Amino acid sequence: MDLINDLLKIIGDFIAGIINSIFGFSPFLADLVTMGLAAVMLCTFAALSFMGLTYVERKVVARIQDRVGPNQAGPFGLLQPIADGIKMFTKEDTTPATADRWVYNLAPLVIAVFALTTYAVLPFAPGVVGTNLNVGVFYIIAMGSGSIVAIIMAGWGSNNKYALLGAFRTVAQLVGYEVPMLLNVLPVVMITGSLSLVDIINQQTTLNGNPGIPFIVFFPFSALVFLISGIAETGRSPFDLLEAESEIVAGFHVEYSGMKFALFFLGEYVNALAVAFVFSTLFLGGYAGPVLPPYIWLMLKAAVVFFIFMWLRGTLPRVRVDQMHNLNWKFFVPVSIVHLVVVMALMKLFVTSPALAQANGGVLVTPGAQAAILFVASLLILIGSLAVVARRARILRLQEAAVLEQRRAENIAAVSA
Amino acid sequence: MRTDFAFVGVMLVTAALLMGVTLIAASLLRPKKPSKAKLETYECGMQTVGDTWVQFRVQYYVIALVFVLFDIEAILLFPIAVAFNSLTFFAVANVILFIVVLLIALLYAWRKGALDWE
Repeated sequence: MDLINDLLKIIGDFIAGIINSIFGFSPFLADLVTMGLAAVMLCTFAALSFMGLTYVERKVVARIQDRVGPNQAGPFGLLQPIADGIKMFTKEDTTPATADRWVYNLAPLVIAVFALTTYAVLPFAPGVVGTNLNVGVFYIIAMGSGSIVAIIMAGWGSNNKYALLGAFRTVAQLVGYEVPMLLNVLPVVMITGSLSLVDIINQQTTLNGNPGIPFIVFFPFSALVFLISGIAETGRSPFDLLEAESEIVAGFHVEYSGMKFALFFLGEYVNALAVAFVFSTLFLGGYAGPVLPPYIWLMLKAAVVFFIFMWLRGTLPRVRVDQMHNLNWKFFVPVSIVHLVVVMALMKLFVTSPALAQANGGVLVTPGAQAAILFVASLLILIGSLAVVARRARILRLQEAAVLEQRRAENIAAVSA
Repeated sequence: MRTDFAFVGVMLVTAALLMGVTLIAASLLRPKKPSKAKLETYECGMQTVGDTWVQFRVQYYVIALVFVLFDIEAILLFPIAVAFNSLTFFAVANVILFIVVLLIALLYAWRKGALDWE
């Protein structure tokens, strides 16, 4: 046991040891207290990172937009999240007289609980994971869908037309982007042969004779589509149609204020951070990495992914509803299916283990060669599909320009006549 | 195995408790001065007109149908993906056939205009 590398595990074992000695009379109680403490730690981690991220995001987006950002509360505005917290706690919170009180009040709780529960399966270091579920990937996507329930609850319960319209379009967006997300996790699961996040990370290390190549090299197409669908799943800019203030005020949470609004905000940020963690785990190798301790690696990777989120938010304008649906149903889903079929065929044609080659046939290659083959195939699909889309977009643009030109000619003719 | 999922239950309860306590604490700390105008629906600054449960466009329904189709497809593919290494060529060919049939279904829906938003 290396003190630095296994710091989290040593601390965890130490606390578990203390609890076990206190509750020595009942193993059940000891287990329960240990699990409860671990759950509190994970929730606290998520909530604290939410506070930190609101500050960091405001600063980064401000820098991108050539502003200063929060700089009044404390040095460099560092106390801004605490000031926001105090404000949220002491702000008056109204429930509209016509609202459905139960549904309205439960919705923020539901979104926050589902968001926090996602963290139960994230591995932070070897042996440091809430619970290593054998259906980890599935669990994360299921919990991610929980926010849809909360959003329809909020939109319905508010008894407000803007809220209801916002909830409708949000649900259409969130359920839609779940499909490419699931389809692009499949290649990773196929190559690992397991849904457990720990197994997926081990597959990307040099353990058990694996090549130690992160899956983004195997499936660059899947990684890109997963990242973009993840942004859409969490409703972040440029897919923040759910709170398009120019069209539907603030969408499904227009009636919420005070702590209930804060919980919606928390749910959104915690979900976005969870997507960053899951992306690092599935495609960037999770906590695996040289020299630095594993938990630092995971945090670094997640931070880079989250920085990409902030960067996109700072630079891209919001997409339209029809663009959002077209991107999903007419690009991501069909191309993901084609990608899946190609990956399936290639993985059966080029196998890495001699036993499988003997049992099912196929060409025996080294893991590195398999990675190279899959990389080239995935990249070709990515570039090819983008080329097709670019051509189609140019044709549409030309058509649009022709229509505009024709209308202008008609207008001029009408005016001169 | 059972303890693995027990943690999920503990996590759900803990998260609900923590967030519930936050909500209750906020409700104790904040001022409560409701008035008739404050409790009105926040729509346009005037009395809202008509029923809130507006008709929604049928497109949402179509999208939901297509979503259910492909969500179930993806869920059916997960067990296959987990067992992928032990599958024979013939089995994988069948799976690919299944996926291609669904791809054709998607193209059909596309052709029929089910995916158009306007």
